[in-house]
Amino acid sequence: MMNIKGALVPFSALKFLGKKPHTVRYPIEKKDTAQRYRGFHFNDLEECIGCGTCSTICQNDAIDMIQLDGIEAAKGDSGLRPRVDNGRCCWCGLCVDMCPTGSLSLTDQYLHTSPDPDSYLLIPGKDNPEMKEHISFVKSDSEPLLQFDRVPMRELDGAERVKSFAEVVLGYMQEEARAEATRCVDCALCVTACPDHMHIPEYIGAIADADDAKALKYIYDNNPLPEMCGKVCTRQCETVCAIGHLGEPIAIRWLKRFATEQFPDPAAILNPVIAEPNGKKVGIVGGGPAGLSAGYYLALRGFEVTIYEALPKMGGMTYAGIPKYRFPEDSLDKQIGYMEKVGVKMVNNTRVGKDISFETIRKENDAVFIGIGFHIPYTLGLTGEELENSIQAVDFLRDVNLGKSVDVGKKVVVIGGGNVAIDAARVSRRLGAEVTILYRRRVQDMPADWEEIEGAEDEGVHIVPQGIPLEVIGNNGKVKSIKYGMAEMVADDKGGRPRPVLIEGDEHILEVDTVIGAIGQEADYSFLPKDVMDELKIERGRMVVNELKQTSIPDIFAGGDSVNRTADAISAIADGVKAVEGITHFLLDE
Amino acid sequence: MSEIMQEKETTLYLGPQHPGITGNMMIELKVTGDTVQRGTTHVGYLHRGFEKLMEERLWMQCFPIVCRICVPEPDPNEENLARAIEEIEGREVPERAQYIRTMVLELSRMATYLLWMGGQSGSAGLYTMPQWTVGDRDYIIDLFEELTGGRVYHMYIWAGGVRRDLPDGFKDRVRKVLDYLEERLTDYDRLLFENAVFLKRAQGVGIIDKEKAEEWGVVGPPLRGCGIARDVRKDEPYEVYDKLDWEVITHEGSDVYSRAMVRRKEFEQSISIVRQVLDKMPEGPVHNPGPNPLKWKVPAGEAYVRTESARGEFGYYVVSDGSLKPRRVHVRGPAYVHGVTLLEKMLKGMNIADVSFIMNSLGTCPPEIER
Ligand SMILES: Cc1cc2nc3c(=O)[nH]c(=O)nc-3n(C[C@H](O)[C@H](O)[C@H](O)COP(=O)(O)OP(=O)(O)OC[C@H]3O[C@@H](n4cnc5c(N)ncnc54)[C@H](O)[C@@H]3O)c2cc1C
Ligand code: SF4
Ligand code: SF4
Repeated sequence: MMNIKGALVPFSALKFLGKKPHTVRYPIEKKDTAQRYRGFHFNDLEECIGCGTCSTICQNDAIDMIQLDGIEAAKGDSGLRPRVDNGRCCWCGLCVDMCPTGSLSLTDQYLHTSPDPDSYLLIPGKDNPEMKEHISFVKSDSEPLLQFDRVPMRELDGAERVKSFAEVVLGYMQEEARAEATRCVDCALCVTACPDHMHIPEYIGAIADADDAKALKYIYDNNPLPEMCGKVCTRQCETVCAIGHLGEPIAIRWLKRFATEQFPDPAAILNPVIAEPNGKKVGIVGGGPAGLSAGYYLALRGFEVTIYEALPKMGGMTYAGIPKYRFPEDSLDKQIGYMEKVGVKMVNNTRVGKDISFETIRKENDAVFIGIGFHIPYTLGLTGEELENSIQAVDFLRDVNLGKSVDVGKKVVVIGGGNVAIDAARVSRRLGAEVTILYRRRVQDMPADWEEIEGAEDEGVHIVPQGIPLEVIGNNGKVKSIKYGMAEMVADDKGGRPRPVLIEGDEHILEVDTVIGAIGQEADYSFLPKDVMDELKIERGRMVVNELKQTSIPDIFAGGDSVNRTADAISAIADGVKAVEGITHFLLDE
Repeated sequence: MSEIMQEKETTLYLGPQHPGITGNMMIELKVTGDTVQRGTTHVGYLHRGFEKLMEERLWMQCFPIVCRICVPEPDPNEENLARAIEEIEGREVPERAQYIRTMVLELSRMATYLLWMGGQSGSAGLYTMPQWTVGDRDYIIDLFEELTGGRVYHMYIWAGGVRRDLPDGFKDRVRKVLDYLEERLTDYDRLLFENAVFLKRAQGVGIIDKEKAEEWGVVGPPLRGCGIARDVRKDEPYEVYDKLDWEVITHEGSDVYSRAMVRRKEFEQSISIVRQVLDKMPEGPVHNPGPNPLKWKVPAGEAYVRTESARGEFGYYVVSDGSLKPRRVHVRGPAYVHGVTLLEKMLKGMNIADVSFIMNSLGTCPPEIER
């Protein structure tokens, strides 16, 4: 039977003949893209750090990292920038969601036709700067792919801490370390910032993979004091961490600490291969991080190494300066013990220039390495500074660390804003004193690590910023109080950092039992004979060395605080490691 | 019979481009007169080796890959992969994300049905419908563009939830599109579902043996068009399907027409499902983040998850050996059964003109056969 209705209803479509079409009449009319449209890339070249994460995540291999004119590699910037092959890209935008700086985005532009295959290669931001106005798909703050929050570190609480010298930082548990290590994007920018160029992504990767032994091997490749660094390093690496741009940098230091703490005896894991003796001898003056690092790697290479140290134990300032609640002595002993196993000869309680002459050492050895640090404190230059109980932080800390009984009384003022000042303050708290830190500039100007400043505040240390000491006032030859004036910060005409300038009449007196100066140290070269001193090039208190840490005297190498301006343990270690290259080159012509 | 035997058998190559499919696939037909005696399907024009590719990709990198397994309907792929991983990991998905996923899957079903309506009519020679439905599908695609940043490949559903929350005012715009499409259904009815030409072509044509259907692995509208109420959304509810009010739609007849009517009613039902989703969707986060994708290891384990796609049951078997990359991702799509094994059975005795028409009714998608 004929379906008449079915044959007629389709003609209802005729009514549309008179209607306006829904389509966009391209090219007269253009389609408006949605706000999140994923079109061609744009990159803010200033924000981009060349970390290459975009390139790593791209499943189409559409991104390669290339050099661009005018963009130089710098600390925390590889100098490379992404180039996108639009012939491969599928505009998934994973690269955008993974970009740790948020510099990369996708635009609302999606049309490109050309017979020229090269025209499909786009250097976002450089080839299309005008696309900044067309950004559409950007990283989401609320649905991040990267983990911007650090696994928190457990610590003793402030009230508990001041009762003893127990270690404050408790270290990561296994799960915590794995989780923290997993946050890393492997960009290796940190390596450029580490003075010692440690194999950071490799050991972090090994920790994430639960292979701590492998991590330890990477770590020991160029750092023989990693447990110390894992606890107290100034961690310049973390300052350039890609994740740190929008979040908290990876806890590189705590991860190194975790890896080293897993093994009571590094030798059991590292099985160090010690080269056959090569017949060359090296004498090292000073058993700080610089001297120890040089000694360790020289010994591995078959040199006969002897380190002369004035103090009863090796470690330098990490033994005599850094307080035990940050770097416990058993940890130091473990690391020194391992070096001894490798064959580094250590002669303690022997001050060169007094107990043995520098000339003897030089004669008995084929080369000498000097790593004497900065041990003579600068004086404050104040009236009353010579009073009893007006002391110096490094002396004070050394006495405490070496177990001497020290009485600072009930009230202490520490002068200075660096790590040494904070250490002196926190140690004084542990000796039972009320502590005030007097610092010339603002808190944000303090060179001390912010974590240290926070730690001090948690422990009840009172900080007086913009306070300039004027006079130490005594009574019967003993400190009674300190007079200080308040300063205002005045912008520097030459563009430098703002200077503190005393406010007339705004003076205060603080009753104290002890004044501790902590405004810096210098090297003590008195052990060097005159002929050496004459020949040795020293500028602003520091020995001048070349790339391989060789001084102006060919058989004398130097490193550590008495050479570099960064004045931290890792720089000293890096110097030691570099000097090993220098000494090997010098003595073996390798 | 003797008459047919006397006619000479010729070979006819249908495709690889032809109106029965989205993608490329060829059917080698042995015909006498205009009757198909037997047919062999030939695939391989699209092979991109996605399953293998994924074994060399980080888990996160698999998401932009799976959506390409089915061009007209990528979303079930994303949802399946995400859910399989979530099952292995034991990762919770925020409720809001589950609602959003359900909305995406239903919008995706509607978009697919619109494309099917176009193809089904086109292969019957009714050319107004494709103009309309492909155009109307664009309204859904516009919504996807707004939600996900991509029109066809959304890369939106991923492990732990969805990639972005709804843009401001998005729900209203979805409702508007739903209202519009609901109104359009009358036009579609007139042009296709009640059209005498279509009825004549579709009724009693392309019959699937109801007794054998399940055994053969027929799923989705072709199975429900045999009057068998099977639908993963009900049989093994996922996302929020068990929180919504809807019933499995079936239609007796086992022919092209009954399959069409199942889709027609499901299209209408999807409108209602999406409306319910919009009404019930709670506030809250849309993503439960996992580890940094570069170091993301899915714990060793395996999962098989299924979704009711517009073409029927879609399954993903995912195996992890605990490493950074999948050990195996196996995709079970309906197109392999419908477009290869079932089709070859059905071809025998078919009219040449009906081949594409019937393939359309089975929802054949070569890209998915060749994942
Ligand atoms: C209180 C304090 C806290 C610090 N905290 C940190 C910190 O948290 N993180 C960090 O990275 N750095 C810190 N530092 C700095 C770090 O300790 C030094 O940068 C590092 O120890 C320098 O190593 P070095 O080998 O150059 O010298 P030193 O460590 O100073 O070692 C030099 C050694 O040489 C010995 N010596 C000197 N002259 C002679 C001689 N004539 N004969 C024999 N031996 C001699 C000294 O006794 C000393 O042991 C801190 C320093 C101080 C003072
Ligand atoms: S991920 Fe971002 S910051 Fe890193 S290189 Fe790519 S665009 Fe630059
Ligand atoms: S959008 Fe996707 S495919 Fe394109 S470059 Fe970025 S990650 Fe690669």
